[in-house]
Amino acid sequence: MSTLMAYIAGLLFGLGLAVSGMTDPARVLGFLDLFGAWDPTLIFVLGGAVVTNFFGYRLARRRPHPLFAAAFQLPTRRDLDGRLIGGAALFGIGWGLSGYCPGPAFASVAGITWPLVAMLAAMVAGWFLARALPSQG
Amino acid sequence: MEWHSYLAGLVGGVLIGLSATWLMVTLGRIAGVSGIIGTLVTARPKGDSAWRLAFLLGLVSGPLALVIAGGELGNVLGRPEAVIGEPAGGVALMLVAGLLVGLGTGIGSGCTSGHGVCGLARLSPRSMAATLTFLITAMVTVFVVRHLIGGGA
Repeated sequence: MSTLMAYIAGLLFGLGLAVSGMTDPARVLGFLDLFGAWDPTLIFVLGGAVVTNFFGYRLARRRPHPLFAAAFQLPTRRDLDGRLIGGAALFGIGWGLSGYCPGPAFASVAGITWPLVAMLAAMVAGWFLARALPSQG
Repeated sequence: MEWHSYLAGLVGGVLIGLSATWLMVTLGRIAGVSGIIGTLVTARPKGDSAWRLAFLLGLVSGPLALVIAGGELGNVLGRPEAVIGEPAGGVALMLVAGLLVGLGTGIGSGCTSGHGVCGLARLSPRSMAATLTFLITAMVTVFVVRHLIGGGA
C-alpha cells in the first residue's frame, strides 16, 4: 500500500511539473534571468505549491501518525551551517547553468535527449560524491 | 503578459503542493526529490527503497502520460504542443551542471522541492536560508552566462 501511495505522490508531482511548464528549462531560466525577458511563471508554481502544502501539512499534522506509516519523519535541525549554505550555493550554480533541478530533470525523461542523459548521470555521480565527503566540512 | 502561462503555473504548483501533502498524510515523508531519489540510488536502504522507486516511477510517468495524450496540457515556452522543453545546452555543459546539482543538493540536504516546496511550507529556517541561497546563486549564474559572457543571448 505504501508503494501505491508513493506512486500517486510521484504522479501528482510529475503532472504538476509538466502542467506548470517546469519541464521546460527555458521557462526556469527565464525566471532566473532578472535582466532579460523575465518570465514570472516559476513564482506562480512555487507559490501555489508552498501555500497548498502549508495548509496541507497543518491538516496532516492533526493526525497522530500518517495513514500508512508509524510516524511522521520530519527534519528537526534549525541551525544554519556551512554545508547547508555551501551545498545550496553549488546547487544554484548548476541550476542556473542548466535550468534543471532534480524534479524537472527526472520528470523530463519522457522527452529524453543526450544532454538530459548527461545531466542525470552527472547528478547521480554528484550524489555519490556528496556521500563520500566527510560529514564535517 | 502571459496570463495563460501563469495560470498553468499556478495549477501545476497546486498539484505539486497536493503531492507533497499526500506523501506526508500517507507515509509521513517529505516530498524532496533529491532526498528520495538520491538516497534510493546511493544507499538503497533495506525496507525503505520500494516507496522511493515508486515515487520516481510516478514522477516520470506523469509527464509521459501528458506526452502520450497529445501535449495540450504542457506549458513549454513558445511551443503550445510540447510537454517537455529542449535542454539549454549540450552534453558538456550538462555534465558540469549535473555534477553541481547532485553535489550541492547532496551536501545541502535538499533541492527546490525538499527545501522549497516542503521546507518553506514548514517555515523551516534552514530551508528558507537554503532556498534564498540557491535562488541567488542561480540568478547570478544566469546573469553571468547570459549577460556578461553571452552578451544578452
